[in-house]
Amino acid sequence: MTATNTETPAERAADQQDERLILDEGLGGAIRSFGRRVRVGNLGSLPVVIGLIVIWAVFQILNPSFLSPDNLVNLSLQCAAVGTIAIGVVLVLLLGQIDLSIGSVSGVASAVLGVTFAQWHWPIWLTIIAALALGAAIGLLYGLLFARFGVPSFVITLAGLLAFLGLQLWILGPNGTINLPFSSWVVQVATSMFLPPWLAYTFSGIAVLVFLGSDWLRARRRARAGLSTGSRGLMLAKAALLLVVLVAIVAYLAQDRGVGVTFLLFVMLVVITNFFLTRTRWGRAVFAVGGSVEAARRAGIKVNRIFISVFILCSAFAALGGLLSAARLTAASNSSGTGDVNLNAIAAAVIGGTSLFGGRGSAWSALLGIFVIQSISSGLTLLSLDSSVRYMVTGAVLLLAVIIDSLSRRSRASHGQA
Amino acid sequence: MTLEATAPEQTAPAREPVLSIKQISKGFGAVQALTDIEMDVYPGEVVAIVGDNGAGKSTLVKILAGVHTADSGQIFFDGRRVTIPTPAASRELGIATVFQDLALCDNLDVVSNLFLGRELGSGTLDEEQMEQQSWTLLRQLSAKIPSVRIAVASLSGGQRQTVAIARSLIGDPKIVILDEPTAALGVAQTAEVLNLVERLRERGLGVVLISHNMADVQAVADRVVVLRLGRNNGNFRVPDVSYEEIIAAITGATDNAVTRRATARPTQEVPEA
Ligand SMILES: Nc1ncnc2c1ncn2[C@@H]1O[C@H](COP(=O)(O)OP(=O)(O)O)[C@@H](O)[C@H]1O
Ligand SMILES: [Mg+2]
Repeated sequence: MTATNTETPAERAADQQDERLILDEGLGGAIRSFGRRVRVGNLGSLPVVIGLIVIWAVFQILNPSFLSPDNLVNLSLQCAAVGTIAIGVVLVLLLGQIDLSIGSVSGVASAVLGVTFAQWHWPIWLTIIAALALGAAIGLLYGLLFARFGVPSFVITLAGLLAFLGLQLWILGPNGTINLPFSSWVVQVATSMFLPPWLAYTFSGIAVLVFLGSDWLRARRRARAGLSTGSRGLMLAKAALLLVVLVAIVAYLAQDRGVGVTFLLFVMLVVITNFFLTRTRWGRAVFAVGGSVEAARRAGIKVNRIFISVFILCSAFAALGGLLSAARLTAASNSSGTGDVNLNAIAAAVIGGTSLFGGRGSAWSALLGIFVIQSISSGLTLLSLDSSVRYMVTGAVLLLAVIIDSLSRRSRASHGQA
Repeated sequence: MTLEATAPEQTAPAREPVLSIKQISKGFGAVQALTDIEMDVYPGEVVAIVGDNGAGKSTLVKILAGVHTADSGQIFFDGRRVTIPTPAASRELGIATVFQDLALCDNLDVVSNLFLGRELGSGTLDEEQMEQQSWTLLRQLSAKIPSVRIAVASLSGGQRQTVAIARSLIGDPKIVILDEPTAALGVAQTAEVLNLVERLRERGLGVVLISHNMADVQAVADRVVVLRLGRNNGNFRVPDVSYEEIIAAITGATDNAVTRRATARPTQEVPEA
């Protein structure tokens, strides 16, 4: 073979032998391949990251206290409840389905917390388990209805939205509001428990080590399997960047109260969900079903089980979000989970980059999307603008996100990557 | 390898069909898609199923793949009577099916598609093992796919067909069923797929090839089973039959006439095991 390349194909790793492959080696290569992905419409989380930077810059210019440690700590706490709900929404969207009842389900969970904990004095763990189990049961019901009758999830969960709002009102009874004792553990956790800085730094360090370790192990397994491994330098650079970012965040927030426990819980749920989506059979099946139900079915995937498991998880995440929100507001009321909770959670998942068309997205979009929404909300509040403006701006951002989703889908199609 | 050379082998009494179907019928509401279909497939043999549009070819494939269940009739696999209620059951038996519409997940990469539904790894996915095996398999098939980490949506028609065929080989099947594998392909890509079919036969697999294209059939098939309006309408050994005779059977010009049966159907009454 008269290769102009100094290496003959046989010397290259098994996955890089085809002469048509554009090989991107090292740091520059990584940047080039990223640019190519973006051009063909594999945008991933790029638009939302850019959007978030723009939003933060604008609000910081309009009101210098926007990026103050105090405001960012508040922002992170506000993200936890609805963000947790949004993780579940990401899962249903990955299947190309929707759950419109997450707000009502979160409201039911708040009501369960109020009644069983504050009125019946159940131990808190039992209350939490009861609320989550109720959420999971609701999801199971949706899943069975969907699998058995093939009713569109849009309609099933629309019925659920009404029915479970009714259940919430019924549980709360005529008073409509149950206050949680301020000294109780749940309320303390949600409102005033923060990681001491040393612990937050330790967690950051552990996160970076886990990240680096898994990258390193993967490179070793690939080398052993005769596959290309990517550059060590790039691997270290990514880990170092992550370390710098995490330490900077912790240090900055530590000037105020620090990293809230509920926020940490939310981030950990995102990380865990991401792990299951990307590293397990179940996650692979979720993406397959979202891409093509029939193809997944013929590949032997038990499609109905995937649907049911995802509906269960979505409702359980909604219930957990309801608990977090009730604990933070120290009350369960008729209005828990109503208003914009539903739409914010769905909007967060979509704004974060999870496609409405199924099969594309990531657990991280819950985190990024809820940041965008809460940043807008917080920034407008600082500017003393009321919810009328907030709704309009959030609506516009959601519309923008959906347009980007549709455009990038079209671009992928025209580049043969639909 | 000449086809005449294989004939004595097939007539040897020890040779059992790997797949044998008897009296299979299937209706969809008012449409009787299949009526009393009979077919045998031997190891190392390529059986072509031909027939006009709507003759019931894909329906037969889907019954064998566990996508549909037959209303009546029997299926014997390796001499045992079996039922195929689900796609997973079909695969466990050792039947691998490449559907007419390929049934690939466009949003997943080649590796994920190849191993979909039977990923390697305990607990977490063993991506490296899967990627390595993907390369090995694709090389064995002399497949020309530049990267296994790109979404299958970005592959050409022939490459997608190759992925679908390669996928069928994971899990060591005994029979591979290909539903119109060349229908959407150009000349060169068609030749590639036919080479693949020959490679499958060399491995000793039974191959069922559904095709519209008589040239393809005569190029690779050992035997031709003709379906017409959901019924058997002929069973020929390829060397013994002319193009015109097959076309006559497909179009019905030989309806009710004495259809030439294949000489190689000796074990027809045997499989009561
Ligand atoms: N899922 C189905 N529902 C109803 N009718 C079907 C279905 N699948 C196939 N048919 C009918 O069965 C007949 C055979 O179809 P098919 O097996 O796809 O034919 P072929 O693959 O030979 O062109 C056709 O009349 C078709 O309309
Ligand atoms: Mg067909």
